[in-house]
Amino acid sequence: MPFIKALVAACLGVSSVIALAQEAPDGDARRGQKLFVADGCYQCHGYQGQGSNAGSKLAPNPLPYAAMAVLVRQPRARMPAYSSTILPDQDLADIHAYLATIPRAKAVDDIPLLRGARSTLP
Amino acid sequence: MEYEPKQGVQRRGFLKGAAVGGLTAAVAPLTTVAQQNDAGSNTTAVREGPRNVGATPPNVETTDRPEGVVLASGGSDYMVDVIRALGIEYFAATPGNTFMGLHESVVNYGMTTAPNLRFITTMHEEASVAMAHGYAKIEGKPMACAFHATVGTQHAAMAIYNAYCDRVPIFMMTGAGIEADKRKSTVEWSHTVVDGPGMVRDFTKWDDTPGNLTGFGESAARAWRFAMTPPYGPVLLAVDVPMQEDEIPGGEAGRPPVPKLPSIHPPSADANTVREIARLLVNAEHPVISVDRCARTPAGLQMTVELAELLAAPVSDSGNRMGFPWRHPLNQGRRFGELRRQADVLLALEPGNPFGLVTSGNPDGTLRRALGDKATSITISSADLYPKGNYQNLQRYADMVDMAIQADAQATLPFLIEEVKRLLPASRSKYEARARAFADNHKQDFEASLDAARYGWDATPISMPRLAMEMYEVMKTEDWSLLSHHYWQSSWSQRLWDADKHHQFIGGSGADGVGYTSPASLGAALANQKYGRLSVAVVGDGDLMFGPGTLWTAAHEQIPILYIVHNNRAYHQEIMQMQAISNRRQRGVDRAAIGCVITDPDINYAMLARSMGVYSEGPIENPRDLGPALRRAVAQVRKGEPALIDVVSQGR
Repeated sequence: MPFIKALVAACLGVSSVIALAQEAPDGDARRGQKLFVADGCYQCHGYQGQGSNAGSKLAPNPLPYAAMAVLVRQPRARMPAYSSTILPDQDLADIHAYLATIPRAKAVDDIPLLRGARSTLP
Repeated sequence: MEYEPKQGVQRRGFLKGAAVGGLTAAVAPLTTVAQQNDAGSNTTAVREGPRNVGATPPNVETTDRPEGVVLASGGSDYMVDVIRALGIEYFAATPGNTFMGLHESVVNYGMTTAPNLRFITTMHEEASVAMAHGYAKIEGKPMACAFHATVGTQHAAMAIYNAYCDRVPIFMMTGAGIEADKRKSTVEWSHTVVDGPGMVRDFTKWDDTPGNLTGFGESAARAWRFAMTPPYGPVLLAVDVPMQEDEIPGGEAGRPPVPKLPSIHPPSADANTVREIARLLVNAEHPVISVDRCARTPAGLQMTVELAELLAAPVSDSGNRMGFPWRHPLNQGRRFGELRRQADVLLALEPGNPFGLVTSGNPDGTLRRALGDKATSITISSADLYPKGNYQNLQRYADMVDMAIQADAQATLPFLIEEVKRLLPASRSKYEARARAFADNHKQDFEASLDAARYGWDATPISMPRLAMEMYEVMKTEDWSLLSHHYWQSSWSQRLWDADKHHQFIGGSGADGVGYTSPASLGAALANQKYGRLSVAVVGDGDLMFGPGTLWTAAHEQIPILYIVHNNRAYHQEIMQMQAISNRRQRGVDRAAIGCVITDPDINYAMLARSMGVYSEGPIENPRDLGPALRRAVAQVRKGEPALIDVVSQGR
């Protein structure tokens, strides 16, 4: 965690460190799944946080809550800023909890259509 | 001999001139019928000389074009001969009475005599133009379409703009009522405009309103030539209604000659410039090639590959055409940001967005130079030869372009390749090492894409990589042609499929005008039909609902195509933007869906398709059901019919 805090702080600036200092509230994954849809996260990141050309992959293995909070509150790219006014810390913690429940994806070799795609390489 | 208008005589007076000058067989019944229908009228008197010029009091107003006349020929028959001489095979239209003479000639003359000119019935003028748009990108030549004067032109306008921005040749016609006293009913007045093509002149390459049949022939040939000279573009002829409907002045003997077409020779860069570009590329340590609408033909694609391979230069493809084979080791599109920072030479072939190639956006909205400081940037662009001032599809001009070559890139490539070959050193070790490095990069990028594709693989709604790979599974053994842009599905097809043929991908709309995909892909499928290709298009649900009548056209005209509805139940791009704006204003996204989602009720696209005679399945929500449904649909397409699969999908 200290490493991630330092990394994110370095990327985002001093003001972000305040956010990093916040501890993660306990999250409710079931509620977070609903919020993930209600707050529109799925539009860019996909229903399972798998990502798309409009938003990065979030799950499985989401960033630690503190790092995610900084990226949500003070995004650097196309990501809309979700301030605590419109996405309270508890809601964010619930979303984070939901993302943490998303299981690991099957390996490429266990998905025949993907495994077979390797034959397209010269 | 065709009448030549004299000063003070209305342009359409040539009909009377022809009558006076010896039109015999056809004129006699004309007068007789008119007299029978309206005994005592002044019809005969009017026909004996040029009609009065100017306003005519209502109580004496008449016409020399009475209904019920039997004619020996029609001016529009000649127009059909001209259109066929242009190599045009199809004529798409939603009917409209300002081109009914032409319509009649196509169906009763063009479709019944060789070479066949087939009428394609559409349900919106935008669809007519969009079909021609897609057709041209496959066939490499224009298709004809016609639309009603004023109302039809306005319907067609969006599709014309798409074609203009996408640099596509289309041969368009609309009606015109040049002479006021020839207009009959109320509606003909609201369907008349002084300068019909003016509505769309900003985004057509050329237009004309020919005054007689000889002028039509010459203007048609000229229009074709301009449309087919890079940069390609749509052209429009406004054709006078009586000129279409009435006899050829002088009868068959007066039929103007069908114009001969020239071969087109687009301009290439001059020899000194080519030599300089080749020198820069051969000596570069980090050359980068960016391709946009460069490969106008399959030969253009081959030459692009040859140039890149000679130089072992990485290539980034804009995605507006099949610019470079997707699985070629030098295809480095996913690394373009990094490559342009390192580049010492950037060669951009027909860039649609030269500014975007050399700049990048900062999070605060400002722009920064993204090209290496010491890079020489070179553009070869035919678009530079044909700028227009109003619509800004050329993007900003960047002062970071060092050499702007006004020439057609494909026409320049043979000379550039020869010059590069001449300058290349005997030792190829530097280039071979570079090629190996890029091949490794490509493989790594491909593996990264495979890895990313597995997330959400079994999700409902169906993920984009799952959709792409289920599609590829049923397509890969066929001679397939993807007729929609991959961007809206996060480009998974481009990332994971193998595509190296010019017809396998035709890009998108050009201007991002919604409603393009279903009709344009149908026009492309029409072109593919003769080659036996499997035509496939992924159509957004919002896009489809701009012109669902296209499905009826597909069934009616028996055009084989597989439509896959990317049904994310939203104008998805817009809902993401609404979220961003709502959040910036600290209002939250609770209401951002209003106006952007297509739910409540959900549209059943399969039912919609079935109602118009198209085989369909769906809505498919379980990814396990997708593959079998696609196989059944492909079997249907292989019978020569359209099919549609409604796939409830993730946003991107």
